Amino acid sequence: MARKKRSGGEVSAGSMADIAFLLLIFFLVTTTIASDKGLAISLPPKPDPNEPPPDIKFNERNIFKVLVNSQDRMLVEGEPMDDASQLRDMIQTFVNNNGRDPESSDNPQKAVVSFKTDRGTSYERYIEILDELQGAYYDMYSKRMGLTVKEIREINDQEPSVQDAYKELKKELPMNISIAEPSKVGGGS
Amino acid sequence: MSKFKKKTSASQDIPTSALPDIIFMLLFFFMVTTVLRETDILVEQNLPRAEQLRKMQKKSLVSYIYIGKPRDTEKYGSEPRIQTNDVLITTDNIVQFVEAERSKLSEAERNQITMAMKVDDEAKMGIVSDVQQELREANALKVLYNTPPETGAVE
Repeated sequence: MARKKRSGGEVSAGSMADIAFLLLIFFLVTTTIASDKGLAISLPPKPDPNEPPPDIKFNERNIFKVLVNSQDRMLVEGEPMDDASQLRDMIQTFVNNNGRDPESSDNPQKAVVSFKTDRGTSYERYIEILDELQGAYYDMYSKRMGLTVKEIREINDQEPSVQDAYKELKKELPMNISIAEPSKVGGGS
Repeated sequence: MSKFKKKTSASQDIPTSALPDIIFMLLFFFMVTTVLRETDILVEQNLPRAEQLRKMQKKSLVSYIYIGKPRDTEKYGSEPRIQTNDVLITTDNIVQFVEAERSKLSEAERNQITMAMKVDDEAKMGIVSDVQQELREANALKVLYNTPPETGAVE
């Protein structure tokens, strides 16, 4: 079979760039880069009405109290303090006390950071302090594991063996941040 | 001198044959990262910034709750309100909303539902905790406070 010799067998690709540009501009305009990052917490389960709440006696020394009132002023272990950035060091010394200081925690498993706000506390302040509280624990984890804080927070991207080691560490040094129900003293809705 | 003369004879056109490829690469990047806006947000959303952020593992498990002062204050008042999907709701409807969102997931994933809260920084803790109480009621215990990263944060 004799083939016809075609002269213009090529598709002109010169306008390809223009078409692609048009699409590109469309997506540029409609894009909102997903900001699906945030502070993760897990709420306590709903109390079972059939079972009375377990009577856990916490020794006073094992609780690190952070209170915030409706004016966004903070009370840490009974002392007024306004600079949230100091919390990190305070929590680390509190958790790693291991019974040395009789006023501070017995051991990391028992140590609990209690964070209580008022209904009138601003969300901004709440996030600022919660960020510091979680940061204190992530700092400790990163020191113990020899990873950066970022690698700790994105632990699911790591090797399974590293993840197991992290789970073990979490048993030894649990992130006990208790977020209490806000009080109603300062009003606000 | 003859060496220099040779250069002038070289073509001065920039090769543009690779241009479509480059543009396509950019195009694909934006196509992949794009999220077409699904909901009209009726409340103000100035999210506070934080450092200790964690990524959400699976986007399909996430449902959003928006809290903030309504943008249209004449219609909805100036008190912070709760928005889910396209409507403003009260705390009583949250359990219902969670159940509706949960029914969209497959059987195995239902207990992993994560509620992402996007709360305006001017909102008070009162409304946030009311929502959380309802979430406990609905047994959706995984909560994520959506926050953009701190500017100039160190990793």
